[in-house]
Amino acid sequence: MAKKAQSTLINMLLSLTMIAVVAAAALAFVSYITAAPIAEAQKAKKEAAVKAVLPAFDKIEETDIDGIACTKAYGSDGNLVGMAIEASSEKGFGGHLGAMVGFDTEGNITGYQILQTAETPGLGAKAGEWFQKGNKGDVIGMNPSTELKVKKDGGSVDAISGSTITSRAFCELINNAYNIFQKGGNE
Amino acid sequence: MKASDIIKNGLIKENPTWVLVLGMCPTLATTTSAVNGMCMGLATAFVLTMSNIVISLLKSVIPDKVRIPAFIVVIATFVTIVQLVMQAYLPDLYDTLGLFIPLIVVNCVVLGRAEAFASKNNVWHSLLDGLFMGLGFTWALTLVGLVRELLGGGSVFGHSLIGGNDGMLLFILAPGGFLVLGFLMALVNSIQKKS
Repeated sequence: MAKKAQSTLINMLLSLTMIAVVAAAALAFVSYITAAPIAEAQKAKKEAAVKAVLPAFDKIEETDIDGIACTKAYGSDGNLVGMAIEASSEKGFGGHLGAMVGFDTEGNITGYQILQTAETPGLGAKAGEWFQKGNKGDVIGMNPSTELKVKKDGGSVDAISGSTITSRAFCELINNAYNIFQKGGNE
Repeated sequence: MKASDIIKNGLIKENPTWVLVLGMCPTLATTTSAVNGMCMGLATAFVLTMSNIVISLLKSVIPDKVRIPAFIVVIATFVTIVQLVMQAYLPDLYDTLGLFIPLIVVNCVVLGRAEAFASKNNVWHSLLDGLFMGLGFTWALTLVGLVRELLGGGSVFGHSLIGGNDGMLLFILAPGGFLVLGFLMALVNSIQKKS
């Protein structure tokens, strides 16, 4: 076995620099190869979410309202049929809660899909199904022109049992989305 | 040292989870289901094998005083590669595990094997050590995940056994992780002592 390199300043500098340079080159290469598939995967995920929350549409158009990504959907006759908004709330039990929310032209909720969540598995993480059509906390079809609130706070939404904080954050998220919808949904 | 000893050490005798008790943070955090535990274990096994190979190759050119930062750079490089590749080709898995992948860098199993084994042994043995320590870590995490998923969610590898029942939620949450880990560790070690 070759003799081990001594811990002189020049040796330490050389070895660390070399390792860092090689590592940087390797990472640059991998990042270059994976950039396109990563962008594609994220786009596919977003498109699937838009499709899931909106009524049938022919054409979509991406816009930006107050820095929030929105997707307007148009029917075959060219009329606006709905709008999907990527909204979020920072008040979840695990902090950030993000979802794609769909509205029809009247502002009724047509669907939602959770995109980013750090809620507790088995409790708050149920938000993905809980508020869907036919489930206990069904919000589909509701219109947030009267602010969405959980029943505990005098509203009409059934909170997830054991996860009032998540449910409140979810209502806030929907209300945030509705505010954005009102700013840009009628154009 | 014989290759069969290295294999046995990694899988059972010096198993990173049951015997060395290293890397408890990802063990507890990612084992909410069997699949999550297994994928985390495999990702760690890959990083461990690759970093062991590279560190064993470089051991004579890395001066002692800067060996830890040098090891960390090598490990972090492989972890980032795993993260990027997973994000690109397995986006669904990345959604569940993404948060914990960067934490492999600070998993003491990886640095521990680099320091205790790869920096003192040849490449072939280091490769074996990395691979089988990694697989030892993988089966331990899969087992913890399996038990937690079964008790907490009533399912095995995502297949529900008891329809419409939520199971004992406690086992999916952090306290259940500690409980399952403790009991399994006692069980595995008592079986091993007997044999």
